[in-house]
Amino acid sequence: MNWTRRDLLKGLGGLPILGAVWWAGAASVVNRKKKRAEILNQLNISPSLPKAVPGIGGDPIRIGIIGFGIRGEQLCRSLGFATEEWKEEMRMVAQEDPNNRALEDFLRQDKLNVSLTGVCDVFDVRAEKALRSFSTPDNKIKRYATYTEMIHSGDMDAVVIATPDHWHAPMAIEALNNNIHVYVEKPMTHTIEETYELREAAKKSKATLQIGHQHRQTLSFRTAKDIVEKGILGHVSLIQTNTNRNDDNGAWNYDIHNQASAQTIDWEQFLGSAPKIPFNKNHFFRWRKWWAYGSGLSGDLLTHDYDRLNCVLNMGIPDTVSASGGIYTHNDGRNVPDVLQVNMEFPRFSTGSSQVEGKEQGMTFCYSASLGNSFNRPTILMGHDATMELGNKLTIWPDMASTKYADMLEGEKLRPNIPMYQYNPAANVPDAVSSATSQYFADKGLMWTYIDGVRVDSTFLHMREWLSVIKNGGKLSCGIKEGFEEAISAHMAGLSWKTGRKIEWDAENEVLKPISGINFDEVLLFNGKWKESSENLEV
Amino acid sequence: MVTTAHDRKVKISITLLRVLIGWHFLYEGIVKLYNPEWTSFGYLASAQGPFKSIFYSLTAPSIIDWVDNLNVTALLVVGITFLLGIFEKKGALVGICLLGLYYLAHPSFPGIQQINVEGNYWLVNKNLIELGACIVIYNYPTARFFGLGLFRKRKLIKK
Repeated sequence: MNWTRRDLLKGLGGLPILGAVWWAGAASVVNRKKKRAEILNQLNISPSLPKAVPGIGGDPIRIGIIGFGIRGEQLCRSLGFATEEWKEEMRMVAQEDPNNRALEDFLRQDKLNVSLTGVCDVFDVRAEKALRSFSTPDNKIKRYATYTEMIHSGDMDAVVIATPDHWHAPMAIEALNNNIHVYVEKPMTHTIEETYELREAAKKSKATLQIGHQHRQTLSFRTAKDIVEKGILGHVSLIQTNTNRNDDNGAWNYDIHNQASAQTIDWEQFLGSAPKIPFNKNHFFRWRKWWAYGSGLSGDLLTHDYDRLNCVLNMGIPDTVSASGGIYTHNDGRNVPDVLQVNMEFPRFSTGSSQVEGKEQGMTFCYSASLGNSFNRPTILMGHDATMELGNKLTIWPDMASTKYADMLEGEKLRPNIPMYQYNPAANVPDAVSSATSQYFADKGLMWTYIDGVRVDSTFLHMREWLSVIKNGGKLSCGIKEGFEEAISAHMAGLSWKTGRKIEWDAENEVLKPISGINFDEVLLFNGKWKESSENLEV
Repeated sequence: MVTTAHDRKVKISITLLRVLIGWHFLYEGIVKLYNPEWTSFGYLASAQGPFKSIFYSLTAPSIIDWVDNLNVTALLVVGITFLLGIFEKKGALVGICLLGLYYLAHPSFPGIQQINVEGNYWLVNKNLIELGACIVIYNYPTARFFGLGLFRKRKLIKK
């Protein structure tokens, strides 16, 4: 061996470079991890795990579907029943876009121990579609002409109500009075009086009532609850939440079926307590646009945002609500506003404080909606110490003037413009969402949640919880207490928009503070804005 | 005419190129190796161009771990062979394949939206240039000039 020094240098020269690069790479990662661990330790957030739900044993629960429209079909899919038409459509969509996994997700969904026994829909085409799709040789589904027939048939253990809003309470009350379990869509009721009646009926009934706020199953919201309870945000003084849509579907201009006619639709039954008007397809398919059957942004979309936050903060009914807005983007004969701003005041509420006692108390919940622009404004919880964006993902930024994180900010362990925590259960899952409206719901965490990285329909989880409680007892995520708070808050917003007045809640007596000369339910049902005393002409 | 002095300059230049590329690959590989949370999922899932669906299919839960491990291994192989100057031709081939895949996953073709890029490219991007550099290294091995290959050369001569 006769290596010269020069040979050794040239032969082994790469080694120190390799060592240096290796060390630098490893050190940078380890250092980054250490910093992160320090922050996470300080925050001590426990990401939520899915709730264990006792099995639904014994005989299958016999379920009747009341209302088999857009939402009714979706609810049936969550129960495990999809129409052939939908499956075919999804097969085609998946062929065009392999990222679309709606059908795959549906087929993978766990089977629930239920049997679909009956359907009730005033539109023949929809009722027949359900019969054709879900009847099997050993389980013939029966069509009922009215919900009362269905409830009194003795063939139902439970009903799922997905009708226009003005039918929610009468149907739910009838079912509960007969100890039939109820899953009812939001908003729970259409008037103030109904809200109390339904609460009474639910309390008296042996049956279980679940309100369809499926996002209560979303894991990120449960994690968000932990975050708020641990005081990570400090005192939250303002919540901003928004509806940003700009498409026909999002503005409730749904398709009008070509077979719709006075012969195929039981118009009288559809109207129910609503003002008697001649047959009108527009009203039937696009009922969300009129106060007579729906409640517009306040009942349809504000309820989601309110309940999402009520689920995280448990703030209850606001002391006062004031709303403004108008019909500015879809002047097509509707009488519910399409631009709406709602301020809910919670002067006695606090999420805790990192400052001197008594300095911070009270919160405003600010809902801002437009059906004429789809720029994504996220839901933001603004605390003295940090800001949290709430959706299927959670992101938290420290506030530069935070008291709690002052030391970490000064030591540059935290920076105000860099998130200090992010929770994204979907990080490893590709998502494909077909329409603007579904994207709206998906971003808000209203459509699905992720369990071990697998996308799960949150409505499925919500219904499974309801069915499990029916069989095994236990606590519901969205029972009558939550439903009552949601309905009253939404009605207060509707009333405020209609009257142009601030609506106040008397928390002690659990009633709306009366306003002389105003009958709240009369105003709520009134078609359009309420003009006091004089000419209240229908719009 | 290539003079000895000129030949030496070429050797030094290509060696420098080899060390720089080795450095780049090794650092990328090490950072990924030490970070168990790293995954190529996002890169593959957002693939564009004619091979989009092939790259997308690699994100399947059963495959993605293999893809990630192979990627890290390939990065380390290129980094180590280039820096140490041993088996550099094999390393260069691995590098060419890897960069080829990177290029095809996010090609700078006109009409395709460029994601996460800091410059403007038309057909040619930095991945392609680095790929070209790997071809040079494959064709002009310098391990016997600078690297462990020097000792192998001596061994061969002794035989």
